[in-house]
Amino acid sequence: MQESKHKWIRFCGEVLILVALFTAVQYAITAGLLNMYYQINLTSMCINIILAVSLNLINGFTGQLSLGHAGFMAVGAYSAVIMTQFLGQPFAIGIIAACVAAAIAGFIIGVPTLRLKGDYLAIATLAFGEIIRVVLMNIDYVNGPAGVVGISKLTTWPVLYWSMIITILVVVNLINSSYGRAIVSVREDEVAAELMGINTTRYKVIAFVIGAMFAGLAGALYAHFFYIIKPETFNFLKSFDILVMVVLGGLGSTTGAIIAAIFITALTAALQSFPAIRMILYALILIIVMIYRPQGLMGNKEFSRETFNRIWGGRK
Amino acid sequence: MILLEIKKLNKSFGGLSAVLDFDFYLKPKELVGLIGPNGAGKTTVFNLITGVYKPDSGSIIFNGREIAGLAPYNICARGIARTFQNIRLFNDLTVLDNVKIAAHKNVPYGFLSTIFRTPGFFSGEKQIEQDALRFLEIFKLENKKHELAKNLPYGEQRRLEIARAMATQPTLLILDEPAAGMNPQETRELMMLIEQIREEFNLTILLIEHDMSLVMGVCERIYVLDYGQIIAEGLPEEIRNNKEVIEAYLGEEVV
Amino acid sequence: MATGEALLQLPFTVNKGEVAIMLEFVQQLVNGLSLGAIYALIALGYTMVYGIIMLINFAHGDIMMVGAFVGFYSITLLGTNIVMAMIFAMIACAVLGVVIEKVAYRPLRGSTRIAALITAIGMSLFLEYMTIFLLGPQQKVFPHSAFPLKEYNAMGLLITNKDIFIIVSAVVLMIILQYIIKMTKTGKAMRAVSVDREAAVLMGISVDKTISITFAIGSALAAAAGVMVGVYYNTINPLMGIIPGLKAFVAAVLGGIGIVPGAMVGGFVMGILETFVSGYGSSLYRDAVAFGVLILILLIKPTGLFGKDTGEKV
Repeated sequence: MQESKHKWIRFCGEVLILVALFTAVQYAITAGLLNMYYQINLTSMCINIILAVSLNLINGFTGQLSLGHAGFMAVGAYSAVIMTQFLGQPFAIGIIAACVAAAIAGFIIGVPTLRLKGDYLAIATLAFGEIIRVVLMNIDYVNGPAGVVGISKLTTWPVLYWSMIITILVVVNLINSSYGRAIVSVREDEVAAELMGINTTRYKVIAFVIGAMFAGLAGALYAHFFYIIKPETFNFLKSFDILVMVVLGGLGSTTGAIIAAIFITALTAALQSFPAIRMILYALILIIVMIYRPQGLMGNKEFSRETFNRIWGGRK
Repeated sequence: MILLEIKKLNKSFGGLSAVLDFDFYLKPKELVGLIGPNGAGKTTVFNLITGVYKPDSGSIIFNGREIAGLAPYNICARGIARTFQNIRLFNDLTVLDNVKIAAHKNVPYGFLSTIFRTPGFFSGEKQIEQDALRFLEIFKLENKKHELAKNLPYGEQRRLEIARAMATQPTLLILDEPAAGMNPQETRELMMLIEQIREEFNLTILLIEHDMSLVMGVCERIYVLDYGQIIAEGLPEEIRNNKEVIEAYLGEEVV
Repeated sequence: MATGEALLQLPFTVNKGEVAIMLEFVQQLVNGLSLGAIYALIALGYTMVYGIIMLINFAHGDIMMVGAFVGFYSITLLGTNIVMAMIFAMIACAVLGVVIEKVAYRPLRGSTRIAALITAIGMSLFLEYMTIFLLGPQQKVFPHSAFPLKEYNAMGLLITNKDIFIIVSAVVLMIILQYIIKMTKTGKAMRAVSVDREAAVLMGISVDKTISITFAIGSALAAAAGVMVGVYYNTINPLMGIIPGLKAFVAAVLGGIGIVPGAMVGGFVMGILETFVSGYGSSLYRDAVAFGVLILILLIKPTGLFGKDTGEKV
């Protein structure tokens, strides 16, 4: 009884913090305290968090290296834009279409490729991501390589913020459950997992589809904030961007992915005028993290209340 | 009444027969040993029963149903669990999570329950945890539940593997050299544990073992495999005095 | 135009049409051969490195790019001829390949293949953007004076001295490579390490040295291919290694990764396939075809045309 009461208080406290954070930024935007520069970076940050957390579900927790995340983002972006700009539907329909289309793409690509292992899977997903891009370049309906311009700005702070929170919640809830343990067992030892009754193919596909779905969501949000999308935006360098965040944060740590996404967004903003240096830094991050700290900043640990208590000397 | 019946099972790798016309049966609640010189094909038999390999021909009937060629997770769902010769734990996960994963096939809540954290999820998680703890208690690992599997000493890793296999709630438990690398004291304790879980869970047990004291001590019936073929079958006493068996083993020692 | 049509109004019109189709076909084949030779040279490096340390050296295409730039500067700054440029590029890239392996890949030899692949991706980005940082992102025109274009017309086929140069030097390099692998002690060591590294150590083979030599040879071949790309397309830029690199990788997988003759065959197949797709189909799909081929092989026969299946041991 005592324990469940404690849980409730904690739960309410957490909701309060999330709402307070939301309200504070909302106030800052309406009061004009955040200029366009900060709003753009804030949006990039939230989108990057969605991308990193969802890719980490595939690469970190399931242990299946995917290099095609930008492809799913593209599917989401284009689906949403077709709904809102070409068919005149509301943004909500656009977002749903983005998630559904990306999830379907994830399923179609995942079922055949997830039979492959390790580096072969990585290359196959990279190839699929590039095929999505090339196909988009050849569809006249969405203007081919020129892309779609003048997309209305529908990604407001509430949509963005709560999309990000939902993504994190779904991934965290999924991982901390029997289904999540099944997913992680695939990473640990696929053969042993299969012999302990886990349908490994099924859980690989589930993780892949959910990851793809949120990449689609990120694509929809991206398209409706930055006015323009073209196939080139979603090439494999974009997938590598997301990979850098996941690797830096630690394969298999959601909090790590979030922290790394924030850091990388800030780094990108700071080095906006020096794109080459930014990419050199990305490259060095990948190499140095793999050599000296392959588990990333956080390893597969989460930064949670327990960590907080330990660091600040709190007692249970 | 027969629990597991294998008939004319064949498997070859690159033209070399690993298992040849293998015939075999297990009655419910039996404890049977499968022995033989190194490379006789014992582990291959286990891999065929549990679905890691697909047999070239032959049938494997478990509980009256054909299971040859099914996927491993399907065979596990029918009630066969196993351990591995070279321990295969989920190394970077805790002892508790290792056992919980094996309970996943009976997960008491649905996918949507998980995402929305319904009351059913919490009560289900509680039940999974209690079940897992019960197995850890039996195998005397409850004090180590939060340690990573890879940090356990060798003997405890072996025990954890059996605990994990038990968490899948099998009717047939297959142990691949459970006492390998254990000292005599640990082996004796393991023998008692195996007897205990057999009684408590109405288990049928099939084991491969090189430690003859363990095999002769606990097994009710023994099969001897050499070059992929059964060369003898019978009670421990009969096997001990079987000429062909002695030859097979002596032959190995001479080489 | 009019005279051309008038010429075609001769009694053997139909026949002539067929000949034209045949000529067109053979012409595409010839064009594909020189492109294929380039891919084959790059694919060899992929396949040798994979054979010996099970790593997809993602940076391999970028080593080719560095080779192209070394060749470019050797011609423009040092005024060498094309053959010397190629030799300089090969030496420079051999050193580069050895350094990359020592600095980035060797520390990861004990870790997972995924970790090694991520490092290789990092190395690829590093080479690309370091080049952009140092030399700027603009493309550079390969000096025409180094290689004056000559066209030959043989039985209606158009063959340039570029094609001849590329194919001849590629074949020469492949013969040298075959000689090294089959006849020399180094080659035997390379094959031994790729079959069983531990046994090779017991036989007194220095694994580190053998891996270094493999990287040196693979990178030198890529550098030669880089100079050929410069000759073939006339322009070079810091990101030029990505697409040919990926296509050469597909070639290596097609032939069965780790198998040297497979990479040669795979390279020529990819080159010919590509010229046929852009010749007869849409050039927009040119790059997608390579990826489509890759996915088809990975799904149907991941071990490639010449590979053997090996099961996982439990």
